[in-house]
Amino acid sequence: MSAQKDRWVSSFSFLLFCASFIPTLGSASLLQELSPQEYFSSLQAGRSSLAYFSHNVSPGAQPFLEQIENSVEALQDYGISVVKVNCPKEDVSRYCGKENVLRKAYLFRGNMLIREFPTDALFDVNSIVANVLFALLFNEVKYVETLTDLQNIENALKGKSNMVFAYVAATGTAEHRAVMEVAFVYGTVHQFVLTTEATLLKDTGSDEPDTSSAQLLFCHCQQATDVAQPCRRTPMEQDLTVLNIHRHLKLMGAPLVTEVAEDPEKVSTVHLQLGLPLVFILSQKETYEADRRTAEFLAWQLLGKAGVALLSRDLVDLNILLRSNVALKTPDEGVPIKYLVLEDTDEVITLVEDNSKVKQIQEDEEEEEEDEDEKGNDNQDVQDDQVVEAVSRDKKRELPLEQILTLTEETFHSAMLETSQTVVLFYASWEAVSLAVLQSYTEVADHLKGAQGVLLSRVNCWDWPGVCTTENVTQFPTIKIYKKGEQPVIYNGMLGTEELTSFIMLSQVSCPLKLATIDEAEGYLRGELPSELSSYHHTSVLGVFSTAMSKAREAFVEAGSILSGYVTMGMYFEDDALALSRKYAVSPPALLLARSRDWSVEGIALSKQSAQDIVQMIRYELMDIFPEITVQNLPHYLQLRKPFLILFSDGDIGQLESKEMLKLAKGIPQQAFVSCWLNLKNTPVGHGVLKAYFATMPSLPVLVWVNLHAGGQVFKFPSDQSITEMNILSWLERLKAGLEIPSSTLSEEDWKPPLPAYNFLQMMDTTVPESTLRTSYHHADRQEQQQPEGSEEKASVREELPEEAGVKAEKVQSPGRDLRGTAPRLAGREKQAKRHSEL
Amino acid sequence: FLYHDYCVLGAGPAGLQAAYFLQRAGRDYVVFERSHAPGSFFAIYPRHRKLISINKRHTGKSNGEFNLRHDWNSLLSHDPRLLFRRYSRQFFPHADAMVRYLEDFAALLELRVRYNTAIVHVTLDKDPQAWNGHYFVLTDQNRQNYKCSCLLVATGTWVPNVVNFPGSEYVEGYETVSINPEDFAGQTVLILGRGNSAFETAENILGVTNFIHMVSRSRVRLSWATHYVGDLRAINNGLLDTYQLKSLDGLLEGDLEDLAIVKDKKGKLHITLRFYLENRNTSAGFDSITLPQDELDNFATRAPYDRVIRCLGWKFDFSIYNRSLRMMPGRGNKNKYPQIKPSYESRGTRGLFVLGTASHSVDFRKSAGGFIHGFRYTTRAVHRLLENRHHGVPWPSTVYPITQLTNSIIKRVNEASGLYQMFSVLADIILLRENATAFEYLEEYPVGVLAELETQTGRNAPDGLFVVIMEYGRNFSGADKDVFYYNRAVGEAQHAWQSNFLHPVIYYYKHLPTEREMRLRPPDWPLPRPDAIHHIVEDFLTDWTAPNAHILPLRRFLENCLSTDLRNFFAESCFLFALTRQKLPPFCQQGYLRMQGLAGSERLRRHAVEAGLLEDYAVTDFSGDKLPDGRQGSRDQLLKDHVIPVRPLQHLVNAKDE
Repeated sequence: MSAQKDRWVSSFSFLLFCASFIPTLGSASLLQELSPQEYFSSLQAGRSSLAYFSHNVSPGAQPFLEQIENSVEALQDYGISVVKVNCPKEDVSRYCGKENVLRKAYLFRGNMLIREFPTDALFDVNSIVANVLFALLFNEVKYVETLTDLQNIENALKGKSNMVFAYVAATGTAEHRAVMEVAFVYGTVHQFVLTTEATLLKDTGSDEPDTSSAQLLFCHCQQATDVAQPCRRTPMEQDLTVLNIHRHLKLMGAPLVTEVAEDPEKVSTVHLQLGLPLVFILSQKETYEADRRTAEFLAWQLLGKAGVALLSRDLVDLNILLRSNVALKTPDEGVPIKYLVLEDTDEVITLVEDNSKVKQIQEDEEEEEEDEDEKGNDNQDVQDDQVVEAVSRDKKRELPLEQILTLTEETFHSAMLETSQTVVLFYASWEAVSLAVLQSYTEVADHLKGAQGVLLSRVNCWDWPGVCTTENVTQFPTIKIYKKGEQPVIYNGMLGTEELTSFIMLSQVSCPLKLATIDEAEGYLRGELPSELSSYHHTSVLGVFSTAMSKAREAFVEAGSILSGYVTMGMYFEDDALALSRKYAVSPPALLLARSRDWSVEGIALSKQSAQDIVQMIRYELMDIFPEITVQNLPHYLQLRKPFLILFSDGDIGQLESKEMLKLAKGIPQQAFVSCWLNLKNTPVGHGVLKAYFATMPSLPVLVWVNLHAGGQVFKFPSDQSITEMNILSWLERLKAGLEIPSSTLSEEDWKPPLPAYNFLQMMDTTVPESTLRTSYHHADRQEQQQPEGSEEKASVREELPEEAGVKAEKVQSPGRDLRGTAPRLAGREKQAKRHSEL
Repeated sequence: FLYHDYCVLGAGPAGLQAAYFLQRAGRDYVVFERSHAPGSFFAIYPRHRKLISINKRHTGKSNGEFNLRHDWNSLLSHDPRLLFRRYSRQFFPHADAMVRYLEDFAALLELRVRYNTAIVHVTLDKDPQAWNGHYFVLTDQNRQNYKCSCLLVATGTWVPNVVNFPGSEYVEGYETVSINPEDFAGQTVLILGRGNSAFETAENILGVTNFIHMVSRSRVRLSWATHYVGDLRAINNGLLDTYQLKSLDGLLEGDLEDLAIVKDKKGKLHITLRFYLENRNTSAGFDSITLPQDELDNFATRAPYDRVIRCLGWKFDFSIYNRSLRMMPGRGNKNKYPQIKPSYESRGTRGLFVLGTASHSVDFRKSAGGFIHGFRYTTRAVHRLLENRHHGVPWPSTVYPITQLTNSIIKRVNEASGLYQMFSVLADIILLRENATAFEYLEEYPVGVLAELETQTGRNAPDGLFVVIMEYGRNFSGADKDVFYYNRAVGEAQHAWQSNFLHPVIYYYKHLPTEREMRLRPPDWPLPRPDAIHHIVEDFLTDWTAPNAHILPLRRFLENCLSTDLRNFFAESCFLFALTRQKLPPFCQQGYLRMQGLAGSERLRRHAVEAGLLEDYAVTDFSGDKLPDGRQGSRDQLLKDHVIPVRPLQHLVNAKDE
């Protein structure tokens, strides 16, 4: 019992202690308040303090006092204490007695007054810290106003130590403070010089000094021996912050060129540690001296941007191209060292600069990403599906569906009987891809307006699931073409207006079309037959058979049914078939291909005779030798699974290049690769492709080799060579021999979920058990107290609960979310149920 | 012996439903019905002839599957004539309509039913050749024997529950009590029981009696609070109104086993306690009997009654089964039903399945398995199990490419009636195949036997599975729960797991749960703890097609389970990916690469550009002074950045609150 009492007493006194201590502790940590006697007796030699004398707080001094209080902590880092001295009313001593005492602050070192500051010079924390340090570092930081002063200081330093020259727009700014804070640390190492005169910058090498922003230059005076010459200067390119200045000074202090005799992967220098790249100059014994000079020259150029190391190849066994002369190591972990063959030092500088730009952007992005993370994946509920978003942005518009017949479960079958050919779009009205296709479908309907014998219709499977099931529609959208008396055909082509229109038109003609006379056959090859399709540009395929070849003919007919809608196919097997085929230097069975671009006819012997083989063969023959690649046709060529040689061109390619490329394409042995060209005017997305291949947009036309299906390396044909068959072939040889360096490598990254999902499992785990316990316990408590009261009281209890539950839940979930607290509330009521009195 | 592969007992709704599926599958079956027509129970019950299963003829939708969600009387068939809305215009139809409907169902579909055949005894004939190691031998009232490989019991629960206490001979049963209100004029009535039949009886005579008292052991369970259709429905609850509005009627709780009824000289019935009777001199007359009010003069039921009516429901007829079949009553409040497994097979006998109302022990007081709108689906599930077990026909399924995953779930949760009616009992199963590039969709599988999925369906689940099921909020339903409290509805997708009203829930398992895991699942969970779970937020219209609130979170869930990107892309984006990346997202792979890209109209392309989800290269200035943001990964940039967040309209989303 007594022990318990003791505990009570002690905890009570502890409470008292806290209560009385907190305020004093609080003010002590911020700003000391002393009487003049106390203050002056507390001053220690060597210690600096900033004092402010006041009788009682006058309203005008209040903002200043606030700033003083805010800067206490910052000044403490430099051993400067801040004191508010309360003058007794009657005190008329030196500081308290002055008339304008309220407008000044005093800086003391020991008991010596160093400086008086008018309070309007101490307008914020930056100005207080800057001015106080400026006063204390009088020797370390020289203030200059004229060029002569600057030159005098510089000359005095030559051969002795380096100089840090800073220009700030005004004293008391954040930049000024940064310079002073760094000077506090480096003041004994380098001579700091400060100016607010923009004119002094003109002489520092920068052509058009930007006087609005502060600048800092590192002057390498220690190595300068020639009195006549000014010291070399390295400007700092970043903003003047303590961190940046510190970093800059560290970089300036690093050795100019590091000599390396180990695996470059293991090398680490100040530059890498500070997030800058390191350039290796690969040297050999024979060229060492020259390489060393190059390295030094480069190092001066890259000072502050990258480090330079000299790597002796004789000492380190490197498994790299012999021609490589430069290597670049980036500070990012896991990025392999790039070995390059560069012509001159300018290229190295560009390389580093590009690298830093990329890095800068990456950093910006990372920051953004971090921001996103902090927001707790707020983007989870933002649509990132381009199709869904596009469709929902368009949902208010009513589609022009007049041309399209709406079918239902009841009308479907009768409609199929009415027209010779019915196209049906099966879709779901809630599904985005369906609605996107429906838009194209209305455009198809527009194109086909007035076409005889074609009915466009649609079935919304969300309204009529029965008919979709019986028609075996398992995916949305599905397009089927129903012809009287035939099996419906599923459209397997591109879901686009043109492709679908052409499919519907081509489907109208029987495939293959039987041609009766040799004249018809010739007309067919000229694209005159069938007349319905004369406006659709297409390649015509004519199968020529002798009367006896029924098996091959059957296979051809079967192939026709597979290709129906995609290819126009004709068939000729009259007695004079031999004559027709001879004309094109083949003998039946044979295919005659008439390409729409010039109606030139090509004869191909039909060696394989199964329907599938014929389909394969026709599909293959329909591909161009040197096609213009488009969004529509790329998949056809991708199927060959070959590397691509693409000529990117802004507009049509020149005749010369076209001729050379065609020559090259025709000569490709066994179709080892796909040679093609891309017209950026027709296919603007090609810009995106080039952007992915090259950091900067190359000059056009540009010839690119892409190992699409093996390794993903991208090589750029040298821009200084002209695009001729010979040049390309020898370049390809070098590629094969591994003598060329890829411009980039295609990302091998998997397609991961773009954003995380809501983790409901975790939410349930963390929220449910805890809050159930807590709120129900709580609720029972209150019930006990309020039992006799009416139901209105109960209601109010109920209203209060969610707040507590909400507070609890907010800890679990991200803050600021509106948790409705339904579950906790219900849980709370479970207890209540037990109180219901039974009869 | 007359032999059939399948014997069905009872030509009620469940028996006919089973017959329909057997017939469609071309199986050898017969249905035994003791009456001369189907649905003999409905010829008598409910006594007051009003069905309490809704017959919603209009929903504003033409989707037949969806409309079945609000048609609680139709059986499943392919024949559109056999929809109940063609049989009655009433929302709560007359029971005669059900009788007519069942007659038509049996006749139009030409189901093989033996009427006037009452099976009076069922026994087993062991035979190793038989499907289940034994045949079922059935004997009818004429001693005719039948032999079957598989027995489907769809006899419902028709034996009235009776309580025996001193004086129970004075009690009238619901089966025979007059339904003419005039017979109750000026009478004081005591009703035993608190189910729909008790309230239905009270409702009928409410206006003419002096007052009605209602006694039962349990407290009244309101179906709108429990979300269980077998509890007291609002259509029958007139007596609650008059009780709470002090109109002399009243509800009491007490154990009927403790009661006793004594009749006084005037023929009035007095309530007393069994306890008093046991202590008294048996020979003495009424006057010697102690009544509770003798000791406790404000005893509630001290007023004498003119009539006492028993409305205690029904139980399964266990009497016809030989002991060897081990047809055991369930435990506790399920003792009116035979014990069965979640696969609806008897616990005692292999090959014996219980269908219909009698199978309700699986989901008693939870879902709709005891009612037509529920057991029409469980019957189909049993049929599918049998097709697989005995005929090698695996559970029907459709295989889709993975790009259709989100769509197929959205389609089902929006229209499927079986999932909706048999919530927490039947679930759609999605089996992942071929490294999750494709999946197989199985509809309405009983989740209770999820662990046995591979043997029960003949389908394999090597790569993980999703289970799509519908649930009410875990703490929402129950007697005494206030289901009208403020903020009961969740409007935001991120809080979807707290949804209260029926909503779709998707469980993801990397491996099929084992039987042990099924047994050890958390209480109140239909399934064991999954590897991930997703709730689609409850919706006021039960329309889960909103692109941002419903489909997007679902897609993110699926993506994260499968670790892939399930977005749709226009052909142009696929083109860019195809030339700049070594791998393509599934949509491009399964569409564009197969020459089935989505071109998209110019208008949509523009919308996508405006949304920042598609870069418009046609207008960009490529003079080269732009920063090189086109390096690797700029695609992500292009898809991630510049997205204008669309804030949900809070006040509209939560319309349900008001």
